[in-house]
Order: sequence, then structure tokens, then C-alpha cells
Amino acid sequence: MSETDEILEVSGLSVDYVLAQADVRAVDDVSFTLSRGEFLGIVGESGCGKSTLLFAVAQLLAPPAHLAAGTVTFKGTNLVGLTDAQLSAIRWCDLSVVMQSAMNALNPVKSIGAQFKDALKAHGKPSKEEIAARSAEVMRMVGIDPVHLNSYPHQLSGGMRQRSMIAMAMLFTPDLIIMDEPTSALDVVAQRALMVQIKELQQTYGFAVIFVTHDMSLISHFSDRLMVMYAGQVDELGATRAIFDRPLHPYTQGLLEAFPSIHGPRVPLKGIPGNPPDLAMVPTGCRFHPRCPHALERCTVTAPDLYPVDGDLVRCLRRKDGSLPDDPGARVAKTGA
Amino acid sequence: MAMPVSGVPAEAPAAQLPAGHALARVGHAIRSNRKATAGTVLLVIFILVALFPGVIAHHSPTADAYPPHLGPSAAHPLGTNAYGQDLFAQVVWGTRNVLIIAFVVGLATTGIAVLIGVAAAYLGGGWDGALGVLTDVLLVIPLFPLLIVIAAYAHGEGTIVLIMAITLTSWSYTARQLRSQALTLRNRDFLVAARVRGERNLYVIVMEVIPTMTSLIVASFLTNALYAVLLSSSLQFIGLGDPNTVSWGTTLYWAENNAALQTGEPLWAIAPGACIALLGAAFALLNYAFDELGNPALRPVRRNKRVRNG
Amino acid sequence: MRYALRRLGFFVLTLWAALTLNFLLPRLMPGNPALAMMSKFHGELSPKALSALETLFGVNSHEGLLSQYFGYLHQVVTGNFGTSLSQYPASVSSVIGSAIWWTLGLVGITTILAFVLGTGLGIVSAWRRGGKLDSVVPPVFVITSAIPYFWVAMVLVLVFGITLHWFPSQGGYYVTTDTPGFNLTFFQDVVNHAFLPAMALLITTIGTWILTMRNTMITTLAEDYVRMARAKGLPGRRIMLDYAARNAILPNLVGFAMSLGFVVSGAILVEYVFNYPGVGYMLLQAVSGEDYPLMQGLFLLITLAVLLAILAADILTALLDPRTRTAR
Repeated sequence: MSETDEILEVSGLSVDYVLAQADVRAVDDVSFTLSRGEFLGIVGESGCGKSTLLFAVAQLLAPPAHLAAGTVTFKGTNLVGLTDAQLSAIRWCDLSVVMQSAMNALNPVKSIGAQFKDALKAHGKPSKEEIAARSAEVMRMVGIDPVHLNSYPHQLSGGMRQRSMIAMAMLFTPDLIIMDEPTSALDVVAQRALMVQIKELQQTYGFAVIFVTHDMSLISHFSDRLMVMYAGQVDELGATRAIFDRPLHPYTQGLLEAFPSIHGPRVPLKGIPGNPPDLAMVPTGCRFHPRCPHALERCTVTAPDLYPVDGDLVRCLRRKDGSLPDDPGARVAKTGA
Repeated sequence: MAMPVSGVPAEAPAAQLPAGHALARVGHAIRSNRKATAGTVLLVIFILVALFPGVIAHHSPTADAYPPHLGPSAAHPLGTNAYGQDLFAQVVWGTRNVLIIAFVVGLATTGIAVLIGVAAAYLGGGWDGALGVLTDVLLVIPLFPLLIVIAAYAHGEGTIVLIMAITLTSWSYTARQLRSQALTLRNRDFLVAARVRGERNLYVIVMEVIPTMTSLIVASFLTNALYAVLLSSSLQFIGLGDPNTVSWGTTLYWAENNAALQTGEPLWAIAPGACIALLGAAFALLNYAFDELGNPALRPVRRNKRVRNG
Repeated sequence: MRYALRRLGFFVLTLWAALTLNFLLPRLMPGNPALAMMSKFHGELSPKALSALETLFGVNSHEGLLSQYFGYLHQVVTGNFGTSLSQYPASVSSVIGSAIWWTLGLVGITTILAFVLGTGLGIVSAWRRGGKLDSVVPPVFVITSAIPYFWVAMVLVLVFGITLHWFPSQGGYYVTTDTPGFNLTFFQDVVNHAFLPAMALLITTIGTWILTMRNTMITTLAEDYVRMARAKGLPGRRIMLDYAARNAILPNLVGFAMSLGFVVSGAILVEYVFNYPGVGYMLLQAVSGEDYPLMQGLFLLITLAVLLAILAADILTALLDPRTRTAR
């Protein structure tokens, strides 16, 4: 039943952290699909499990994190359980990764060019000329002068480092690039420039993107679909525009209301009271109920599934049976970002 | 299978809880970590032996009143040496000298290091530079030959000279470490808050900074005690301590002088050496356990026996 | 460049400090040891040797401390370390010259071996966290690094030298039957005699290398760039060596300088137990024979050797870590 357009299907993915006292489930039964060329944004507060999810999809978990259940079907093959040797054929050629801090993600003792070369030589036997040509090509794609291939990471500016990471991810023009908050370490101006660059590359080369961030306003202009995570679970999943126009989950509503709008009328800011739960002791029933302004008795008892509502998937009992008072003040967070 | 790579990031020694909690934590930590337990047990045994040697060894260590060259027996558990002295008594009574040296030097060296390290971090500028150069030079000059030279000139004046010489030369490594940590702490929020509150520098240093560095200071004490034991025993072994004190190092000196190994009296040399090794191991184990406590990434990894879902 | 100059300046400063210590110590000690030594050897020395000694120790000198000091420095800089008392009339330099090769061979080779093996074991044991190697390595080597060097040496002498008679336990070669030269028997003899001392040194020093390398390696393996290397599908060995080990080894090279002190003390003690005719053994002979000029000369030599080794480690670090090469 898979569409020929679909390149990634994540089904029932769960990740546990194996700790001395007990196991903590950081990602709980997450499922979603991704089509060719699609841009999926994943947002949530710190600690909601979004980065862990990303690493789980890319099979980059390391102890004490451990993939407890689920499948990750990438272009027809289930990646879960494959050895590193089996995965290496796909790695970087079809699926690449961009990490949050380039300063930490790049080997400090090797030049940029040397790190590109390592990746190129890991998949095939390119000649020296081919390596040089391709390295220069991807650097130009992101707008960096290829002369910087000889530089070491600490010699480049933050923005350039981040862009060279993206260049590196493009070495084989993969079908999917997974990005873990690549803009968080940059200033606002550089953030926007980077996002625009990523979007342009995506439109030119047609790769799909999974983009994790905590900054909803940033993602709103660039993603096709949006996934909102809370306490290790998916709370809402749907088209970005639709979610921004009319957020269905109370958590999503709260997130959007926390971002001021530049264009709209001045409204007092509302944060979401309380803190995300300790994943070792999640609340009974709906995990969001302690902070939800609409929580009822049954929300503390029954744990909701993801229900299809209005074209979205929402994890809310009250939304499912239409008993939520729809807040007429819910507005779209238009930002100038 | 996928490569077993540790995913737990290392942390710098974290701020400590106030003293009351610290004691309870130490107790729990010792019990839960095998290395710490082993080290503590060994250390306690040695301390008890040093405190009550007469209870354990019934003969005098110095009296050469027994028939020489005896092998181990009920009356003399380690036999006697070429002079007719009871080896077991020598080893037992020698514990006192070694432990005194270990603790005095450990404390004094760590004390000097705290003083110099923290002062350098806080005074900054010219003082930091000068103290830094002094520390670095002392760090590089080979310690053991220097101690040999000092002891040679001092003509075996005994334990006091040994203690002073070792203390005055061994503080540099610890001072460096403490200075590093003090520097990183200097700008931490809770210290800035103290300064903003109007507390004077000295107060901040003594009441806030030093308690936060407790784990490093304790680890330094253990290291310095260990090296004090090794250095002093080595010096006594080559004859630069007072050969008439009862200590493991001096016993080894007499053993070597009388070619104990070659003349079929191996216990004379092996026994005190084993004690040094055990005491050293106790300090080293405790130190290592401390390292693991401060940096969770180093702890033994729980083997994951689960099967991955496909 | 500025960094290199600063380091060089530091080394010169340390050498100067060692010289000054040499100058001050005999004058500071109670009971004027120099005087005692001089009277012991008085009758046997030539006037030239005597006057050199007087400059070294300031005995019978009517000059002030400062001019004594400059006289001493002048003497040292012109390469005159005096005449050895216990091996009179040989000069200190020539005595040192004969001993230095034995120590260089034994200690030099063993240290390099210990470093290479230790680092390698540390890398592998960290790479296979939770494996059999890793559960055995830390406790075993924590304990071996706390054992006094001379005890290991003595145990080896006892077990392999005396009880089993597998290796000789004294000296550098069979003094009575062999003559030094470039022949095979001599060479075999030297290796035979060096084996146990080398083992003693190896066993006690390797522990530090293994443990520190393992610890830094574990920290490095948690870094993002190692995860990235996995993400790129790089072969395991390349990640272990090129991405993890190359970074993990840097703090160890810095620590190498600290550990030299222990290598030196280990070498001295091992040479003593085995009567191995190297610099350490000579130092202890000088001490017991109250041959202070020789003792001072050896002390300076050892300090110089340590400084040179640190310099080598510094150069290696600069080569491996591009961050140190740019502005400091």
C-alpha cells in the first residue's frame, strides 16, 4: 500500500535509555511517513525526544540509548537491526545528517577537505580529481569559496562552518537529509540565510528533509508538514499551513500563542504553565493534562491515541469527540523571520 | 552488530552538595562501587594496624634477639632476617611510619597546592604569571633525582627531612589542576551572585569556591598520599632515609644490603614490598573510584542483552 | 612562532633553575656537606681539580655569594663540570658519557615501547567498551601503576633470575667474560641482561598510558564528530584511529611531560636493583661515595634529558593539532 512517492516509513518507533535505576522511554511509539522531496519539521520543547528520534531514524543511537521497538523503512529496506557494515552502503549516499553544532560535529584536527574526502572514499573509489571536483562543487552550492577546503574547522566562522556541514551532506545528493537544529547555534540573520539556502537547495535537487527545531516561527515558512512532539510522543501531525491556521492540540495552541506576531494586534503573551514531565514518571492518561487548560477527569485516566481530525493527526481525547471549545482567538503566528 | 560507542557525554566535576549531604553521598558511593569498597577496606586495615601494632605483632621489631635466617613459623609468621629480627614485627610496626608520612605529606602538599592554585586563579595577572612559572618549573624538574640530591646533602637525617623535602617539591601538579578548576568556577553564576551580594573576595574563596572543589581536593589528597608512600619508600630503599627507623622502605634497604634475594631469604624483601604495593593500590583504587563518580561516562557499561526488534 | 619562543624560554629558565639549585643546595644544607667531602678527598686531588671543586661548592672562598655564583655559571657554561671524586681522575663528563648509552638504550626503548603498547591497548579497550578487554584492563592496571618500581624489579629478579635462571639479574653484560664491541655475542649478551630490567620498567609504566588513553578515548568517542563519522558510513578502523584516537591522544601528549618524572625515578630504581651500569646507577653510586661533582653533573643531565623529551612531545602536539599552530 505504499505510494511510489514515499521514501521513508517510520512505524511504532520507541527508544529507551537504559539507566542504572530503570529504563526511561524517550521516544514512545512514533509513526510517520515521508514522501520524496517533502520537508517535514519536528518541533517541541527541550527533552521531548526529537533529537533522539532523529538519531533513531538514522541508526545513530549509542549506549545507553537503545532502539526498543519499531521499524524504519527507508526506500523499501528496514534499517533497524542492520549492522554498520550493511548500513554503510546507504549512509551518506542516500541518507545524510546535519548536526546542531558544526564546531562539535567536525573533526577539529582534520581540514574540511580531508573530511569530505573521507566521506567520498568511503563509498566508491573516486580519483583525486573527482574528489577535488566534487568537493569544490558542493562548497559552491552553499556559497563558500572552495579555497576553504584547506581550512580547519576552527578557522571558519560559525555560519560558514554550518554551511560546509550542509555541503558535506550534499556530497552524494542523497534522497533524505536529516537535520538536527542546524540553525540553533547561529544568530538570527545567519539563521534565516541558512534556512533560505537549505530551501533553495531542496527545490533544486529534490531531496526530502526532516528538520528538528524548537523554534516554531522559524520552521513555519519552510516546512510542508509539521510534527509536534511532547514528552516522547507525537501530539499533532499535519500540513504546516493548516496547523498554523488552526492548531488542534492544546499544546500546539499554547506554543503558537507563546510567539508574538509582528503583524497582528498586540496581545498579552501567554506561556504554557508548568514544565515538561520527567520521562521516568509520566503522568497517567494524557501526558499533557497537568498543563492543559482544557483537561477533564477522563484525560487523567485514558491515554489518547493519535486520532485523525480535519486532515491532521491529533493526540487529544476532547479534540476527537469535538468537545473542545475552539478558541476564536487562536491566531496564526506570522513572524518576520 | 553496531559499534559499542559510548553515548554519555563526559561532565566536568559538578558542584557538590553542602557538607551534610556530601557525607551521606560518600557513604553510599563507597558501598555501591566495588573499587571504592576494596580500597576503603584495605586502607582501614592498614590504619588499624598502624594504630595498634602491639596487638598484632607480639615481638619487638628492633631487637635482634632471635635466631637468624628462620623460615615462616607460628612464632615468627614471616621468619627472621640475617640479624635475628622478627620480620612480621618489622612489617607491622613499620606501617606507622609509612602512614604518617602518607597522611602528613598528603595533607601538607594538598594544602600548599590549594593555597597556591586558588590564589593564582583569583589574584590573576602578574601574580598568576609568577606563581605559574614557579609551578611549571618545579613540575618539569625531575623530582626523584632532586630528592636524591637533597637527601644526599642531608645525610640521612630521618623522617622529618623526608617529609619536608617531599612536601616542598611535590605540590606543583595538584596546584595546576586546582588553579584550572578555580578559574572555571570563577565566573559561574553562583559565585557572581556572591560577589554581587557584596561578599568579600576572601569569603567567596573560602566559603564558596573551596567547598565546590571538594571532590578534586580529595582526589588530590589521595594522589599525593600515594606518591608520598612511593617516593619515601624508594628513598629509604636506596638508603637515603634514616636506616634505623622501622619502616617498610628501610626494611627493604637492609634486605637489599644483605642480598636477601640471592641468599634465600626472599620474604625479607617481598613482604614489605607487598605492603607498599597494597597500600598504594588502596589509594589508587579509591582515586579511580572517585574519578568514576565524577565522570559517569567512565563507569562500567551495563551489557545490553536485549534483542532488537526487526 | 611566539608559542615556540615562549616554550624555549621556559626551558632555558628551567635549566637555569636546576643550575641554581645545584649551586644553592650544598650551601644551604646544615653541616656543610661540601666541606666534609673536600676533607675526605683532600689528599688525592690535583690543585686544578681542587680549585674547580672550590668554585663548585664555595669552600675556602673569600668571595661573596654572588660572585661565587657567576664563577659557577661560567664554569658550567664552558662545559667544565669538575672532576669525579670516586672515579678520579676521570672528568665528570667522561664518566657520564660512558653511562649514558646504557640508560638511553634501556630507558629510551622501553619508554617508547610502553607508550606505543599502552596507547594501543587503551584505544582498543575504549573502542570495545563493555568487552572482555575493558573489564579486565582498568582494575589490573590501576593496581600495577601503584606498585613501587623496585618491588617489581625485585620480584622479577627473584623469579626469573634466581629461581628459574632464565635471565641474568646483574649488570649490563658479563664483565668478566666479554669485551664490549660490535660483535654478536656482546650484542646478545647485552639484550639478555637488559631483558629483566626492561620488563620491570615496562610493567610499571605501561599502566598509566593505558588508563589515561582509555579515559580520554571514552570521552572523545562521545563527541559529535565521532557520531558524524558513523553517519557518513566510514569504516570502523578509520573512525577509531583518525577521528577518535587522533583527538584523544592530544591531552596524553601533554601528560607525557608529567609522566617523565616517573619514568626517570623508575629507571633509577630499576638500574639500582639490577646493578645496570646506567646513569641512574651511577647517580646512586655517586651519592653513597659522596662524589658530589658527579652527582650534580648527573642531576643536570637528567634534567636536560627530561626537557628535551618534553620539547619532542610539544613538537609532536603541534604537528598533530592544527589548533596550536595558529595564533596563540
